[in-house]
Amino acid sequence: MIDNFNILLPEIFLTLSILTVLMIGVFTKNSFNLVSKLSLIIILLSIFILLNNETSSIKVFSESFIRNAFTTFIKILILISSFFVLNSSQQFIKDNKIDKFEYPIIILLSILGMFFMVSSNDLIIFYLGLELQSLSLYILAAIDRDNLRSTESGIKYFILSALSSGLLLYGCSLLYGFTGSTNFDIIAQELNSENTGAVFAMVFILVGLAFKISVVPFHMWTPDVYEGSPTSVTSFFAVAPKVAGLAVLIRFMQTPFENILIEWQTIIIFLAVASMILGAVAAIGQKNIKRLMAYSSIGHMGYALAGVATGNISGYSSSIFYICIYVVMNIGAFACIYLMRVDNKYKEGINDLSGISKKHPLLAFSFLIILFSLAGIPPLGGFFAKFYIFMSVIENEMYTLAIIGLLSTVISAFYYLKIIKIIYFDETINKFDENRNISITSTIFISCVILVTFFLYPALLNDLVNSIFI
Amino acid sequence: MNFPILSSVIFLPLLGSFFILLSRSQNNNQGAIYVSLFTSLANLVLSLFLWYVFDNAETEFQFVEEKNWISGFIKFKLGVDGISILFIVLTALITPICIISCINSVKTRIKEFLILILILETFMIGVFCSLDLVVFYIFFEAGLIPMFLIIGVWGGPKRVYSAFKFFLFTLLGSVLMLVAIIAIYWITGTTDVVQIYEIKIPKEYQYLLWLAFFSSFAVKMPMWPVHTWLPDAHVEAPTAGSVILAAILLKMAGYGFLRFSIPMFPVASEYFIPLIYSLSVIAIIYTSLIALMQDDMKKLIAYSSVAHMGFVTLGIFTFTQQGMEGSIFQMLSHGVISAALFLCVGVVYDRVHSRLISSYGGLANYLPKYSLVFIIFVLGGLGLPGTSGFLGEFLILVGVFKKSYIVAMLASLGVILGAAYMLWLAKRVIFGETHNEIIKTIKDLNLSEGTILTILAIIMIFFGFYPQPLIDTISTSVNHLINNYQIDLIYHLKVNNL
Repeated sequence: MIDNFNILLPEIFLTLSILTVLMIGVFTKNSFNLVSKLSLIIILLSIFILLNNETSSIKVFSESFIRNAFTTFIKILILISSFFVLNSSQQFIKDNKIDKFEYPIIILLSILGMFFMVSSNDLIIFYLGLELQSLSLYILAAIDRDNLRSTESGIKYFILSALSSGLLLYGCSLLYGFTGSTNFDIIAQELNSENTGAVFAMVFILVGLAFKISVVPFHMWTPDVYEGSPTSVTSFFAVAPKVAGLAVLIRFMQTPFENILIEWQTIIIFLAVASMILGAVAAIGQKNIKRLMAYSSIGHMGYALAGVATGNISGYSSSIFYICIYVVMNIGAFACIYLMRVDNKYKEGINDLSGISKKHPLLAFSFLIILFSLAGIPPLGGFFAKFYIFMSVIENEMYTLAIIGLLSTVISAFYYLKIIKIIYFDETINKFDENRNISITSTIFISCVILVTFFLYPALLNDLVNSIFI
Repeated sequence: MNFPILSSVIFLPLLGSFFILLSRSQNNNQGAIYVSLFTSLANLVLSLFLWYVFDNAETEFQFVEEKNWISGFIKFKLGVDGISILFIVLTALITPICIISCINSVKTRIKEFLILILILETFMIGVFCSLDLVVFYIFFEAGLIPMFLIIGVWGGPKRVYSAFKFFLFTLLGSVLMLVAIIAIYWITGTTDVVQIYEIKIPKEYQYLLWLAFFSSFAVKMPMWPVHTWLPDAHVEAPTAGSVILAAILLKMAGYGFLRFSIPMFPVASEYFIPLIYSLSVIAIIYTSLIALMQDDMKKLIAYSSVAHMGFVTLGIFTFTQQGMEGSIFQMLSHGVISAALFLCVGVVYDRVHSRLISSYGGLANYLPKYSLVFIIFVLGGLGLPGTSGFLGEFLILVGVFKKSYIVAMLASLGVILGAAYMLWLAKRVIFGETHNEIIKTIKDLNLSEGTILTILAIIMIFFGFYPQPLIDTISTSVNHLINNYQIDLIYHLKVNNL
C-alpha cells in the first residue's frame, strides 16, 4: 500500500502544498506575491519529484491510476509550461489588479486536475480529473470579476464546457453500459467494431475531448474566451490544458479505443482537416491579437491531431513533439503580448504593434522569430514540428491529409506575415513602455533561443518523445 | 581533405552577421559595412580557392561532409560537383557587390540590411551545397525570410503586396515539394541524394513526385504562368534585393532541376518534356513581348529574366551535352548580366528617384561613363557575340535543334525580341533628347559604383571570349548526368517490359 502512495507522490505533494498555500494565503494580508512565489517553488519541486520518480509502467489502486514514461513526460511538460506562464504573467496580474491570492492556487488546482486526467486508467478518475481542471479554468476565465468581458467569457466557457462535459459523461456511461467496466484495459478488450453502441460512446467521448482542446467544430468558445479573459489567463489556456487534453486523447486512442481504430480515425481526420482550414482562414480577418492566437491555436491543434489520426506510435509521438514546440512558441508569443503596454495600459490590437521594429528592435526581432516559427518556416523549430507530423502522416499514405495540411500552412503563413508586416513595414504609432521585467524578457529569450537553435540538434527532443512511448 | 571547407563557406557569412549584430554603434555604420564586406570578400576568396582545388575530371561529389543530424535518418550532407560549384562562386561574387551597392542606395537601417544579406548568402550557398533533400529544403525555404524582409522593409511603395506575393507564391510551390521529399523518404528509405540516385524510384511514383518538385521549381524559376510574382518583387525590392533575386535566387530552380528532378525521376522528366518545352517557349515569346511594352526599367529587366529563364529550362530538358552546358552557362552569365543591369538601374534611381523609362533620355550627354557600361550590359543582355550572354543562348539553341526544329525556331524568335526590347531600352534611356531637367544636374558614376560595374563587365566579356574554364568545370558533371540519365531510362524501360 505504501508503495502505491509512493507512485502518487507528485499528486499527493501537490494536493498538500495547495492546501498549505491556501491557508497561508487566507491568513496573511496582500499575500499574492508570497503565494505566487510559493506556487512557483511548488511547481519546481513537483518537477523535481517527477524527475526523480521511476518511469517504469505501473498501475495502482485497482488499476485505476497509471504511471509510465508518457504520463511523467506530459506532467513535466504541463509543469514547465505553467511555470513559465505564471512567472512571466506576474506583472500583468498586478497591473490589472487581479492579484488575488487565489489566482496561483487555482492554477495549481487545475494542474492537479490535469495530472489525474493524464494518469487515469479508469473512466471515473478521468472524469474527476477533467472536471477539477475545467472548474478551475472557469474561475480563471472570470477572475477579473469586475470586467464585463472577463465574466462573460467565464460564463460562456462554463456553459459550453458543461454541455460538453455532459456529452462526455453520457459517453462514459454508454461505454460502461456496453462493456461492463470503467477500467480502460477491460474496455479495450470488450470493445470492437461490431459493438455499435460502444462506437456511439466513443463519438460522445471524442466530442467532449475535442471541445476541451478546441478543435473544429467544437471551437466556438475559444476566440471569445481567449479575447475576454485576462491575457495571463489566456496564455495559460493556450498551453497547459491543450497539452493535457491532447495527452488524454492519445491515452484514449491507445488504450480503450485501440480496437476500433477504423471508426475513430475518420472522425479525427475530419477534426484535423476542419481545424487546420478554419484555423488558417478565420484568423486572417482578426484585429485582436488574442483572438488571432485563438484561431492560430485551433489550427495548431489541427496539426497535432493529424499526427493522432495516423493511429500508430510514430504518429502519437509526432503529435507530442508538435505540442512541445507549440508550447514553446505560445509561451514566447504571449510573453511578447505582455510587453504591448502603452502608458500602463495593455494593448491587444494587432495595429498597436505597428512599426515597433524601429523603437523596440529586440522585441520585434523576437516576435519575428516566433511568428515565422508558428508559420512553420525552416530552419525554425516550428518547421520541424510540422515536418515530423507530416513524416508520420505520409508514412501512413494519407496524402490528402498531408497536402491539405501543408496548403493550409500557406494560408496561415499569410496572417503571420501580416503581423510581421505590421511590425516591420508599417509606420510607428505607439511606443511601448520601457520594460525591464526580467521574467518576461528571459521567457522571450529562452523561447527564441530554443526555436532558433533547434535545428542544431532536433534529434534530442525527438528521441526523448519516442522513448516515452516504449 | 579534412578541413570542412563547404561548411566554412556556408557558415562564414552567418558568423559575420552575428558580429554585426553585436556591434553597438548606433549612428556610425562604417563598422557594420567593413565587417560585412570583409566577411563576404573572405568568402569569395574561399570559394575561389574551392574552385581552384576542385578536380574537374572527377564525376563524384567532392569535399563531401557528412554528419548525423536527425537520429540516423537524415544526415547533414554537403558536397559539390561541377554543376554546383560555379553557383557557389557566383553567390560569393554577387554578395560583396550587393554590399558595396547598398552603401549608396540604402539609407535607413543599414546594419539590419547587411545582416539579412549575409544570412541570405548562407542560405543560398547552403542550397547549392546540400546533398540531402531535407537539408536542401530547409535552406531553400529559409531564404524566404530574409528576402521577405528585404523587400518589405526597404522596398518601394507597393512593397507589402510584392513581399507577400513573393513569399506566398514560393511557399505554396514548396510545400508540395516537402510532401514529395517525405514521400521519397518512405519509398527509398533515405533522403541522401547520392543514395537516391542509386536506388531507382519506381516509375509509377515518378510522375507525381516530379510534378511536386516541378511546382516548387516552376514558381522559383519562374516559368509561365506562375511568373507574376517576379516583376512585382523586382520592381519593389531595393537594388541589392533585385540583384540577389535575379542573380541567385532564380538559379536555385534551374539547379534544382539538374540536381534533383532529372537524376531522381528520369522517366517523368522524359515524359514531361512537351510540358516544359511549351511553357518555356510561351515564356520566351510572351514575356519578351510584354517586356517590349514596359515603361518601368526594372519591370522590363524582370520580364527579360523570365524569358532568359525560359531558355534555361529549354536547354536543361534537351538532355544533350550542349543544351545542358548552355543552360548552366546561361544561368551564370545571366547572374552577372542581370545583376549588372539592376545595379545600373539602381545607380540612376538613386539620383533621379524614378524607374520610368520616360523620365530618362539622352543620358549619354551627361553621364558618359554610365552610358558606356549600361550599353555594354544591354548588349550582353541581348546576347551579342563576344559577351557571355551569347554563348549560353547559342549552346542552348544548338541543343534544342537536335531535339526539335520547331521549338528551336520559336525560341530563336525570342533572341530577336530580346534584341528588340533591350536596344529600345537603351535608345530611350541613353540616347535621344533630355526632357528631364534633373538629369542635367546629376553626377556620373562614383568610385564604388564604377568599380563593381567594371568588375562585372570584365567578367562578362572575359567569359564571353574565353568560356573554357567554366565549360571545363561543368562538362564532366553534365556528361555524367546525361549518361546516368540514359542508363536509368533504359533500366526503367527494361523493368517495364519484363
